[in-house]
Amino acid sequence: MSHAKYNVINTHVHNIDGVAKVTGRATYTFDVTLPGMLYGKILRSPHPHAKIKNIDATAALALPGVKIVVTGKDTLGIKQGIWRRYEELCDEQVLPLEKVRYIGEPVAAVAAVTEEIAEAALDLIEVDYEVLPAVYEPLEAIKKEAPTIHEGVERNVNVTRHIEWGDVDEAFDEADYIREDWFKCSGQAHMCMETRAAMSNFTPDGKLTCWASTQSAYYTQGLLAGVLGLREGDVRVLAPYVGGGFGGKFELDAAMFCSAVMSMKLFKPVKVVFTREEDFIASKRRTPMFYYVRTGIKKDGTFCARESRMFSNGGAYTGMGATALYLSGFFHSFPYKWRGYRYDGYRVYTNTLPSTSMRGFGAPQAMFCSEQQIDWICADLGLDPFEVRRKNGHTEGYEVPGQAFIASCGLKQCIDEIEKWVKAKGELPANRGIGISSCGFMSGGIFNWFDSPYSFSSAVVTINVDGTVELHVGCQDIGQGSNTTMAIIAAETLGVKMEDIRVHSGDTAHCPADLGAWGSRQTLMAGNAVKMACEDAKKQLLEFAYAEMGINIVYDLDIKDRWVHIVARPERGLPYVDLVKKALRAKDGQRIMGRGYYTPHRKGMISPAYSYMMQAVDAEVDPETGKITIHEVMTAHDCGQPINQLGLIGQLEGAASMALGYAYLEDMPMEDGKLMNPNLVDYKVIKAPQMPEAGIIEIDTYEPEGPYGAKEAGEGLTNPTAAALGNAIYNAMGIQMKELPITPERILKALREKKEQEAQK
Amino acid sequence: MEKQKLSFKVNNDEYEVYIHPKTLLVEVIRDHLGFTGTKRGCETVSCGACTVNVNGASVKSCSVLAIQCEGMEVTTVEGLEKNGKLSPIQKSFLDHGSYQCGFCTPGMLMSASAFIAEAKDPTKDQIKESIEGNVCRCTGYNSIVRAIEAVTQGKYKEE
Repeated sequence: MSHAKYNVINTHVHNIDGVAKVTGRATYTFDVTLPGMLYGKILRSPHPHAKIKNIDATAALALPGVKIVVTGKDTLGIKQGIWRRYEELCDEQVLPLEKVRYIGEPVAAVAAVTEEIAEAALDLIEVDYEVLPAVYEPLEAIKKEAPTIHEGVERNVNVTRHIEWGDVDEAFDEADYIREDWFKCSGQAHMCMETRAAMSNFTPDGKLTCWASTQSAYYTQGLLAGVLGLREGDVRVLAPYVGGGFGGKFELDAAMFCSAVMSMKLFKPVKVVFTREEDFIASKRRTPMFYYVRTGIKKDGTFCARESRMFSNGGAYTGMGATALYLSGFFHSFPYKWRGYRYDGYRVYTNTLPSTSMRGFGAPQAMFCSEQQIDWICADLGLDPFEVRRKNGHTEGYEVPGQAFIASCGLKQCIDEIEKWVKAKGELPANRGIGISSCGFMSGGIFNWFDSPYSFSSAVVTINVDGTVELHVGCQDIGQGSNTTMAIIAAETLGVKMEDIRVHSGDTAHCPADLGAWGSRQTLMAGNAVKMACEDAKKQLLEFAYAEMGINIVYDLDIKDRWVHIVARPERGLPYVDLVKKALRAKDGQRIMGRGYYTPHRKGMISPAYSYMMQAVDAEVDPETGKITIHEVMTAHDCGQPINQLGLIGQLEGAASMALGYAYLEDMPMEDGKLMNPNLVDYKVIKAPQMPEAGIIEIDTYEPEGPYGAKEAGEGLTNPTAAALGNAIYNAMGIQMKELPITPERILKALREKKEQEAQK
Repeated sequence: MEKQKLSFKVNNDEYEVYIHPKTLLVEVIRDHLGFTGTKRGCETVSCGACTVNVNGASVKSCSVLAIQCEGMEVTTVEGLEKNGKLSPIQKSFLDHGSYQCGFCTPGMLMSASAFIAEAKDPTKDQIKESIEGNVCRCTGYNSIVRAIEAVTQGKYKEE
């Protein structure tokens, strides 16, 4: 596939927010202050499951400086959820009226003149609870005798998802070998550096302005309006800089809701910032999953069928967990061709912190199971893991039956490159091994459970008299660099320079609606909207150029590097700025404005395009202590045409660090529903000394649906790592790790069991 | 508790503030003086987002009482640039894409700048250790290490 030569795309450009970020000028919701503002704090349930019988705030209200205490009774009591289209999945009152369902759930909120007073007031609120029996694990909660968490929900089953294609039983009949395994995948905290934060300012004209640390200003606007009984247009959400999201910040959270409710009653700005502990115990988390996987394969390595059942710990509410249930089941088939595939997922309510989407969206769990089992099958049958993956992998033009069409796919090249890399490493010392894992991921979801009446992405571009460009987008920069990516696409399309583009985002009052930053959707969807808007503006400019230059209409005109010219004779042209000035005069002073949007049509059930990758992890185990050392990570990666060179490297290295954390460090142990490590001392994330080199080999493909051929990058690479580490440990030590995270204790236990088995033989 | 006077320098300017003795340095920097470049990411002195330099040494400003800084010189991220010219480590961060959400960046820059001022031909491991106290959830650290390395190798000059 040949690409045009690009002037801006995939060149070394600085992040357009870079100067603000390296000089301390970037102002996050955390930093926002307003005159007369109050500080809000949230009282949280100490019980995993309890009826709220009475809340007495008399003493708290008597404390000087306290302005208000609100409980569920002070709200409209609307049950909300991000699956807005489905009433039964809107199951969460942010301040519940009747009962609490997890430790840390908000029960009341206070606003006071200082943070200290607000905090002191929390101790003075008396809540009378009737403690109810609770259940914490999905396989317990699904039992007949388990306590009911939501009235009317049988066996606590929140959502189910069935995915099937082909004749699964017949395909199993053709298999020479069938293997089945159970896996347990843990949760993971998003651990955004900026905790959940919001500042709400409701004014007597009936308008609400809310600064929020959110992944989608538009979702926040819609959800807030819904629970507050306001029109969406009367709610303005601002998200200028966001200190990380990773899938945890696009639902309505208690910072947004409580600050807004209190501001509406007081007509004053109220700010709520979660402490790190609150962020751990009462935001959301990656969905813990139990997977049963049964796979049938022929002696020659041809995959026949797979059948999986998955039970996820949904925690107390639905949130985005319903989407993770679906995507986990779909990507569990990836990136292979199965004649028969069947997945039954059950999302089960428990009395724990709700689980939701997190970078990879259910796929890291699915791949941990799938990619390890494939290696074990290869070992069982004496097959080559690279060859088996190549033989069964997706290829360009493949249709996942009834689900997806694969228009671009660099999987085979990814496997080839990683095989070369692994072989070049040669023989490794004892207790050290390399594991591989391949996967793919979506470039934005095509589903609309939010019931947005707007196109999925939109952009408006306006050209000023001096040639500078105002680009208004609804897509949200949460650190992944989408503003820069959009500026690159705009500069390339219009034929101007990066410094000509100013991106406006994160403000619902000025930017068009867009579903925001989730499911790796923005480069493809918002990117297409930006490209379309810029093409629209450029076409208008070039119309004047034809008239101005007096050339034959059959000639093609283009703009590159601020030079408007005949494509066949690039020296014939005029400066872009001159053209803009003339166009303005010709249009009676109206500015050139272009509009663009993207809404997917006829793109299957999941996504318009899929990225592919294979990763290798080189790891060593200390057999005495079980301690893991990661020596190196290498990834071959197909994201179509890379757009933002520096941003891509950063996203892939960042994905590796988050996924390594998930694989062997990060855990959320609970006792009776109480998180045992809600702080950064006990919750272990990767720090600089543990981070290995994480190289990338880019595979050149072109995705026809993406802007300039681009597709997903940055989220999908959280998928393969846990499995690759598991396979490295299997290759090094001969033990099969079926539970995440892979801790030293679990390694030592597996080594003991292996020794016992060998002794029995 | 009686308020006490604290006189100290922040980013080369003299300040006099009256504070409760238990007020943390980070609170004075952010809430009293308005230098919001310095962030806070935890309550357990674990994340390093609040790192500043006190008399040239990197310090987590949530771990010291402001009153302990009497007569001292504090530099925050806002003090790294001079008359609109970025410091070498700031320029290197831009070139290496060593930040994403940017929330850890001010603390990371302060740890790095204190290290660079002292380091002589540091190894990669020493560079990594210099930012061990700073958590970054976005970048995976390697781009930060490359940026620090480039400065210690003299690739960026003070303007």
